Amino acid sequence: MSDSEDDIILKDLNDADLVAQMHDDLYDGMADEVKEGTQILLGRGWDANNVLAEALVEGMRIVGIDFRDGILFVPEVLQCAGAMKGGMELLRPILAESENAASTGKYVIGTVKGDIHDIGKNLVGMMLEGAGFEVIDLGINNPVENYLEAIDKHQPSILGMSALLTTTMPYMGVVIEELDKRGILKELPVMVGGAPLNQEFADAINAHTYGRDAAMSAELAKTIVGKNR
Amino acid sequence: MTKTIIGSATKELAIGFDRPFVMIGERINPTGRKMFSAELRDRNYWRVKKEALAQVEAGAQMLDVNVGVPLADEPGIMAEVVPLIQSITDVPLCIDSSIIEALEAGLSVYKGRALVNSTTAEEEVMDRVLPLVKKYDAAVVAISNDETGISQDPDVRFEVAKRIVERAHDYGIKSEDILVDPLVMPIGAINSAGKDVFHLIGRLRNELKVNTTCGASNVAFGLPNRHAVNNAFLPMLAGAGMTSAIVNPLHDGLVQAVRAGDVLNGLDPACANWIKAYRPPPAEGEEGTRGRGGRRGRRGG
Repeated sequence: MSDSEDDIILKDLNDADLVAQMHDDLYDGMADEVKEGTQILLGRGWDANNVLAEALVEGMRIVGIDFRDGILFVPEVLQCAGAMKGGMELLRPILAESENAASTGKYVIGTVKGDIHDIGKNLVGMMLEGAGFEVIDLGINNPVENYLEAIDKHQPSILGMSALLTTTMPYMGVVIEELDKRGILKELPVMVGGAPLNQEFADAINAHTYGRDAAMSAELAKTIVGKNR
Repeated sequence: MTKTIIGSATKELAIGFDRPFVMIGERINPTGRKMFSAELRDRNYWRVKKEALAQVEAGAQMLDVNVGVPLADEPGIMAEVVPLIQSITDVPLCIDSSIIEALEAGLSVYKGRALVNSTTAEEEVMDRVLPLVKKYDAAVVAISNDETGISQDPDVRFEVAKRIVERAHDYGIKSEDILVDPLVMPIGAINSAGKDVFHLIGRLRNELKVNTTCGASNVAFGLPNRHAVNNAFLPMLAGAGMTSAIVNPLHDGLVQAVRAGDVLNGLDPACANWIKAYRPPPAEGEEGTRGRGGRRGRRGG
């Protein structure tokens, strides 16, 4: 930690430096600082969508890359996500009211029926939020009805399913079949993930995309909705 | 003193409070292993044999057997793999599946007293697994979660475990034949995960008087150098009163860490097992002239 005289005064920075500093603060998981930076940008008349995209989502994109490359680790990424949340608390009410909220997309996610594991799924959810997705988390142990109801209610751009057990992962196929029967599958890309899965299995059950890990899943999700760069 | 007896046709193993920590080898499990899964589906078991022998050689006192390949005939595979493993090694086995038919397929051909992995506190699971455990006079792993998931509060997990133990009693299964898995959460996500488990092990041991087991490696999920974290965790678990764990005995330093834990917990009288395992080999030309054991055909277990 630096001495107080070396401390960076966020409000003294110009916009470009402040945004860069917010990327660093996100990376370091500093929730208060990220929140303060968000507040300052809003105070300077920034559109909430721009704050989200340029400061928070861009910061988490950098986090995602280093997580994928094994430079950052799970506890650190959880802290980053916590810091992002600090900024989001300020932005969410504004974004909810604005007409042209530019969320990356809506993503419904849940662990399948019979399976109660959620740490990996939560991590994916956080990375997706970091990528600017509005994430609707159905939690654990979801029968097909839960997915159908959430799809109907939220009209997501992607559905994600998670399973940690070899005995529960086939249930993903059951959900996908049901979506197909109802004519939803051709409209809605389905991503699947979880420790025992692989590409081969994802193909076998007719999933759109296999997400190998949390960082990769967020990247692939952005690609699906055409917002990757 | 609580003592869980597991056995093969010729060998008996006691898991208990005053006994060395029991390492249950986890590597006969195709989860996340593409080649292994494909081989099992083709009923090609060379890797099963290899993993069995390698783990026993490394120091596993028991082997977990999981042949869960999605969309394959798991009961059929289990019924073939169990006798195969029993034909090449005499360590007791833990029949591991979440498919009831696969558990029964394994139990019905098993020689000795098996450990069943596992039941949870979910009503539907207890109703199916516990009668099977009774029917085959086996022991059972009881995982402390129910329909609502895994509670982060260790005292809630205790109540869940207690519910399984009480239900097992209803089926005539004794406390000593239940190994409770208190569930180890990742320390990277929940900073109190270690302390929670130590606390819970104490309660399980003192209040329910049951033996315990766990999949320890989950603790280091998402951390760099995770084997070192595991190797430190296992003796800490043993120190807190845990009596067994499902581990990979081939991981560097793991078996040594567990055995050193036994020594330090006073469970290796005169440090005999430790010395036998790690006595420096005799220098060249001195074979048979110095040291104890080994050369006199005293190969105790």
